[in-house]
Amino acid sequence: MSLEQSYIDLYAANRAKLLAGAPDSLNQYRDAAMEAFSTQGFPAKKVEDYRYIDVRAAFDGKQNYSMLLKATPLTAIKGNPISVNNTELLNRYYNKVADNHDPITALNTALTQECLCIYLTKNQQLEKPIELNDIFAAGVDQMEHKRILIILEEGASAVLLLHYMTRDKYHYLATQVIEVFVGDNATLQLYELEETHTSCTRFNNVYFHMGRYATVKHNNISLFNGTTRNTIKAYLKGEFGEVTLNGCVMADKNQTVDNNTLIRHEVPNCTSHELYKYVVDEQSVGAFAGKVYVAEGAQKSVSKEVNQNICASDEARMYTQPMLEIYADDVKCSHGSTVGKLDEMALFYLRQRGIPLAEARMLLMQAFVGQVIDEIPITSLCDRLHIMIEQRLKGELDQCVGCARCNK
Amino acid sequence: MSENKNAYVRQVADKQYQYGFTTDVHTEIIEKGLNEDIVRLISSKKGEPTWMLDFRLKAFRYWQEQAEPKWGHVHVPFIDYQAISYYADPTAKKAEDADKLGKIDPELEKTFDKLGIPLEERLALSGNTAVDAIMDSVSVKTTFKEQLREKGVIFCSIGEAIKEYGELVQQYLGTVVPYRDNFFAALNSAVFSDGSFVYIPKGVRCPMELSSYFRINARNTGQFERTLIIADNDSYVSYLEGCTAPMRDENQLHAAIVEIVVMNNAEVKYSTVQNWYPGDENGKGGVLNLVTKRGHLRGVNSKLSWTQVETGSAITWKYPSCVLSGDNSQAEFYSVAVTNHYQQADTGTKMIHVGKNTKSTIISKGISAGRSQNSYRGLVKIGAKAEGARNYSSCDSLLLGSECGAHTFPYIDCHNNSAIVEHEATTSKISEDQLFYCNQRGIPTEEAVGLIVNGYAKDVINKLPMEFAVEAQKLLSVSLEGTVG
Repeated sequence: MSLEQSYIDLYAANRAKLLAGAPDSLNQYRDAAMEAFSTQGFPAKKVEDYRYIDVRAAFDGKQNYSMLLKATPLTAIKGNPISVNNTELLNRYYNKVADNHDPITALNTALTQECLCIYLTKNQQLEKPIELNDIFAAGVDQMEHKRILIILEEGASAVLLLHYMTRDKYHYLATQVIEVFVGDNATLQLYELEETHTSCTRFNNVYFHMGRYATVKHNNISLFNGTTRNTIKAYLKGEFGEVTLNGCVMADKNQTVDNNTLIRHEVPNCTSHELYKYVVDEQSVGAFAGKVYVAEGAQKSVSKEVNQNICASDEARMYTQPMLEIYADDVKCSHGSTVGKLDEMALFYLRQRGIPLAEARMLLMQAFVGQVIDEIPITSLCDRLHIMIEQRLKGELDQCVGCARCNK
Repeated sequence: MSENKNAYVRQVADKQYQYGFTTDVHTEIIEKGLNEDIVRLISSKKGEPTWMLDFRLKAFRYWQEQAEPKWGHVHVPFIDYQAISYYADPTAKKAEDADKLGKIDPELEKTFDKLGIPLEERLALSGNTAVDAIMDSVSVKTTFKEQLREKGVIFCSIGEAIKEYGELVQQYLGTVVPYRDNFFAALNSAVFSDGSFVYIPKGVRCPMELSSYFRINARNTGQFERTLIIADNDSYVSYLEGCTAPMRDENQLHAAIVEIVVMNNAEVKYSTVQNWYPGDENGKGGVLNLVTKRGHLRGVNSKLSWTQVETGSAITWKYPSCVLSGDNSQAEFYSVAVTNHYQQADTGTKMIHVGKNTKSTIISKGISAGRSQNSYRGLVKIGAKAEGARNYSSCDSLLLGSECGAHTFPYIDCHNNSAIVEHEATTSKISEDQLFYCNQRGIPTEEAVGLIVNGYAKDVINKLPMEFAVEAQKLLSVSLEGTVG
């Protein structure tokens, strides 16, 4: 039996239960998605988009994962007491930007148990940032297929932090699809912070659909993980949109972090920025592939992409692949990527001043990834992340810092 | 001065593709199609030893199992491999004419004269370039062979080398680009006809530039040349390659392999001005240029430099690469790729660092105009043992016209913590400011574009030998003629 077949069978056997637990708005896409998944199968390493990660190994089923089939009711966070018809909202947005061309997304659409929905009405401004703690604490080896839908209507603004954590040492395999719709003039800051463990495998696909003058700042921080693949796709659909995709990765042991981003300039006058920094140590593997696509007619596009990496050990591997695909002439696009080591001169400077080598290295690494953190405009979050990075480098990161849950 | 220069450019440009003529010469073309018998026939026509035939057959059998690769950012039209003739010999008549042996058909001589390649040694202008002239599947003549022989340099067609220096060829052929390397490499290994063979012995600095000129003439044929260059310890050679083809409505296939072996302290400079027929302005016809070029820097302190100016071909699919095995070896890649009308180019390089303290530099300049697509694709790989490896890559793209595309696909695979790899790329059009500056000083827009483009490509053109640099500059202007306004 092929690997795919076991998932197809899983779906067939549990279809009724899945359908019973979720609204039709979610269920209507399941069959087609499963069909798309079964025709594509899990991407082999030959598939360009998945060349740096072994998807088949992640899903090989050697771990006996259990899966929660009964979906919890749809969760909605509504800012205003305006009644929102969930069904209508879901029909309008759910599965509209995520596509079945990605087999992981297709699998998620078919098997997802629940959908978290965050909806902001027209011109609604969220006063305080929302932090969502996604905690893996099943007590058994578990597989999960999560779904998040974020909708900002015209002129709305929000700051969201998604914090992925583990609370026990079981194996986890999770797929997650986040669909984000940012309306005209709306502003979204979305932070994702991963702090799981080495037995955790995550596939996280994020899709942004952006309107005119929409602004998105996405920051993707991998502090600790097992195997993580982030696929981030930003579609600039309205003129004068601006998207920033930043991220930093600290990896050691046998961790793998593969970030695959796509920014599609589909209309003129949009701007995109991208800054990704990696520190790969011990036997870890870091991969970055960032494509900027400028469609025909998308004149006056401006794009700047930077990827900088440090290989800190003999056995660590770093793959980087910044790409430009441009079909319009009046554009300014650039990318730069480097792979290197810590600056010898800077290390010498620090040691000369009595700082031991290990500490000096740590300081430099901290400063190196710190650049990504400094881009975050919220001071409190920025400070907290700096502390977490320091702790991460010292190997003290047993629990997270500063969030309400831990301080209790 | 600038006016004169422009007048010349215009004059050349009006001629469009000036090498598009055909030569009316009796050419012996074998039957179309590809099977084991054809492979055997080619081998027997060239009078090859058994080991060569075995090599070809192995490659052919492997090729049969393979499918055409699809990953390039180009749309290769359907190629019917059975509708191509794999061997065309324009010199066949000569061989029959026994008393004229050693003389070249005057038609052929005229053709090469027209292309600016004198086959008579006394006519060679600068007197410092030896030429191997190849039409279709056969080497027509190699000049200055004797002078080179005195120094111990072997410069001849590969067909001749297989017969006369069999051992040397056998030792190196297929070691840099094995026949299993890719689909087109397997095809070439099975049916390759002529190409050049160069051997520079230990400690010899080749006294003149060596050059090969490739010409496709016959209809419905493909050219499958194979070049092998071996630079032994402490030697130096500069090798140039040029190519043209007649204007035809159908696509012609050109699948070549170039292998270079560089030993201790040796240096090889390989320059190409590729000017195959690019097809007409509607994208009809043109040469499909699908080649595998690779150099192996085996020795310590060895050096290899690829310089290419790519202006022709309907489709270019080529990655001159370097495997840096020797410690302290250095590799360079300089490229200007120009595409216009419906041309498509997917070109770049691979730098594979294996040895310690190896260094590589990549400078790539892409210029796309009309409705063409121009991609840079490159790989820099630092192996686990390549301590202190260093790479710098820079690839810039210039867009002239709103319907063309420029793409960059660089890959960096780093497995060593002491390596430093840098890559940067930019894509933009010619800035309004620069144009305005020129206009303001009385330079018309078209001329200003030429000026800016030439300046943009200067980094690469400067690396070419002088005669080539002049030609390349002219080609650049011609290829871009009519792209402004």
